[in-house]
Amino acid sequence: MTRYLLRRLLYAIPILLGVNLITFSLFFVVNTPDDMAYKHLGDKRVTVEMVDKWKKDHGYDRPLIYAADRGGFARFSDTLFAQHSLKLFLLDFGRADDGRSIGTDIRQRMGPSLAIAIPNLLVGLLVYITVSLTLTFFRGTYIDFNGVLIAVAMMSISAMFYIIAGQFLLGKLLHLAPISGYQHGIAGFRFLITPVLVGLIAGLGGSVRWYRTLFLEEIEKDYIRSARARGLGEAAVLWRHLLRNALIPILTGVVVVIPTLFMGSLITESFFSIPGLGSYTIDAIRAQDFAIVRAMVFLGSLLYIAGLMLTDLSYVMVDPRVRLE
Amino acid sequence: MLGQPALLISDYLIWSICLIGGISLAIGLRNPLQRQRWRMILSTPSAMASAIILLTYLAIALLDSVHFRPLLPQDEATTNGSIEANSEQPNSTVTYAASEISLLDLLLSNIRKAEERSYSAPLAIYAFSKESLVTAAGTTRAYPRLLYGGADLENPALHRSDIVNRTLTGLGLSLILVIPIFLLFRRRSRRSPTLSAGNQTPAWRTAFMTIAGLLIIGSVATQLADHYHLLGTEKVGQDVLYLGLKSIRTGVLIGALTLLIMLPLALVLGTAAGYFGGWIDDAVQYLYTTLSSIPGVLLIAAAVLSVNLYLDQNLSEVTSLHQRADLRLLLLTGILGLTGWIGLCRLLRAESLKLRELDYVTAARAFGVVDARILIRHLLPNLGHIVLITIVIDFSGLVLAEAVLSYVGVGVDPSMISWGNMINSARLELAREPLVWWSLATAFIFMFTLVLCANLFADAVRDAFDPRLRGKQ
Repeated sequence: MTRYLLRRLLYAIPILLGVNLITFSLFFVVNTPDDMAYKHLGDKRVTVEMVDKWKKDHGYDRPLIYAADRGGFARFSDTLFAQHSLKLFLLDFGRADDGRSIGTDIRQRMGPSLAIAIPNLLVGLLVYITVSLTLTFFRGTYIDFNGVLIAVAMMSISAMFYIIAGQFLLGKLLHLAPISGYQHGIAGFRFLITPVLVGLIAGLGGSVRWYRTLFLEEIEKDYIRSARARGLGEAAVLWRHLLRNALIPILTGVVVVIPTLFMGSLITESFFSIPGLGSYTIDAIRAQDFAIVRAMVFLGSLLYIAGLMLTDLSYVMVDPRVRLE
Repeated sequence: MLGQPALLISDYLIWSICLIGGISLAIGLRNPLQRQRWRMILSTPSAMASAIILLTYLAIALLDSVHFRPLLPQDEATTNGSIEANSEQPNSTVTYAASEISLLDLLLSNIRKAEERSYSAPLAIYAFSKESLVTAAGTTRAYPRLLYGGADLENPALHRSDIVNRTLTGLGLSLILVIPIFLLFRRRSRRSPTLSAGNQTPAWRTAFMTIAGLLIIGSVATQLADHYHLLGTEKVGQDVLYLGLKSIRTGVLIGALTLLIMLPLALVLGTAAGYFGGWIDDAVQYLYTTLSSIPGVLLIAAAVLSVNLYLDQNLSEVTSLHQRADLRLLLLTGILGLTGWIGLCRLLRAESLKLRELDYVTAARAFGVVDARILIRHLLPNLGHIVLITIVIDFSGLVLAEAVLSYVGVGVDPSMISWGNMINSARLELAREPLVWWSLATAFIFMFTLVLCANLFADAVRDAFDPRLRGKQ
């Protein structure tokens, strides 16, 4: 298994390199650093000296991939690609356009993102499984039929409406929780109620429908029939036998997203003004701060690949039939 | 002649998508098995209702996709900024307006031109906020009458009864159409044998009820919108119903164009990877693993940002506002297509991997049929159901994505009317006192209807075309 993991790790390198190349070509080839400088300095009355100074300040005054005027190794290392794209591999994210260190920002903003994402994931898993098992219990009846219909209807509503409605109901009408904001520590609990609840409801339709089909696939199998034949009650059959087998696809679907939880959710954090990585990204996109967007793209891919490897590991752990070779 | 035709690029594209879709449907229907499957889809009541509503949306989008520059009256032409077009007869110059409008705009010109000063509630005759009014007795603070909403209603006390009257008129008028349709459907459902084909008869009852419902809503809405702002006005006084209707084109276009772009990519790369294997497979797999490892929104945001900056720098001379927004929309769909083909490509690769081992492919190869012909004649027809299912499932996701992307700031042009932009500008209105709810509610209803119908229809299509799931429910 170690060999397998090692191979997967090596395989991640060309993929990350590809991600790097894509972002590099988007941000440096389609748009030259000159374009960026003009954008940030404003279009009117910009002299060539100002542009050069801006480029020098931000470290963009290098050739793209090959420095002909340098000797030795610096020909390759003193380039935009090496300084701005390859350095990401060392988790050196550089500086944002306003001069702040992106790495420090990311470390500070990870906490709030996780404070929303982890409860969301755990409570969500519990609620979705319970609801879809209930529907499976009532399969073929009107309860099941209407449940699926409601799930499809809930899937058809944009996440933004859930957030707006949640803020309006809980925050403004019922005064149960603050409309938006964030506070570190235990006292900040009340700020998390609405975002977590909204996230839970927003994901309910899609997840319940998916889990239900997974459960229905399992329920016709022989081991369920033999469990019933042994005289087990339907609750025991569903919770003990069916769930454990159907959990494999669910778990692997969940494990993939665990690392990406760090990234937070763009619109949730932005609507609730939570100082996490999601709102960090959205602010960067709106301010057209390409350095941050580049860093977040790389971080996101890195975490996603980590998630895929964790998924493989979790397969081995939950399903003894799977062996990684 | 209404004016000078001025079709946008997206107009041509959406019409050609309809043409392509119609032709492939017609070809598909020549196959008896496929005919039976479509019959099965239409025998599901929810799918039948969804199909009719989707067609209505499509019709509105298509009406909104015929742009032209309207003819200006002679006296107006000299004052407005206009384009001189006809120089053959110097005595009677024909002038056209500078900005293009669509057929839908022409139909809705009543509520398009009826702008108020600011917010007004649905069906109101007074404005939403107080203004200083100068009367004979002096200046008072009061709610002014609206410029359009109930403007010809002289006695405000009759407001309520006027609305009731118009609603009843609308209902009555709609009956003129509903009753013949009812008779038509009754004959139809009587004629078709109900027992022979099991439950394969199209759901005529649902079809009738949906059409009747749409006709009644449409007729009442026309009657009311003729004299009132049926769904109120928004911040700068534009009619919300108009905005909702105009957004349909944007939503449908984003869904359809993106699919048009991702389809050939996924088809070519997916089948090639699955059928040929070897280094082609490796290359395609590397490509989509790399692309899919970037979080979707971030990749789209990065691409849109950099392309927009490029546009700003290099294409500042694009003529009209409309064309500029159109170009941005095309680019957005291009980027969505370039990032969205991966799921379909994976499915197609897996399926062609399976198909190429089948006996009939081996037989074709033994007969010496060339690869290209095997791909087109033997593989492609067997991939059709996967493509169809993916298309209908992805469509609703794309409509939803537009709203989120517009919120993030990488969606359609801010000047373009879309549900995303409507939500975006209205999302703070719930914090107002008293509440302004109608913009959000309108965007919600229009979007929810489209996405829900697309989802329900997709479910029916999947049940009918995916042999794996058939017979389970």
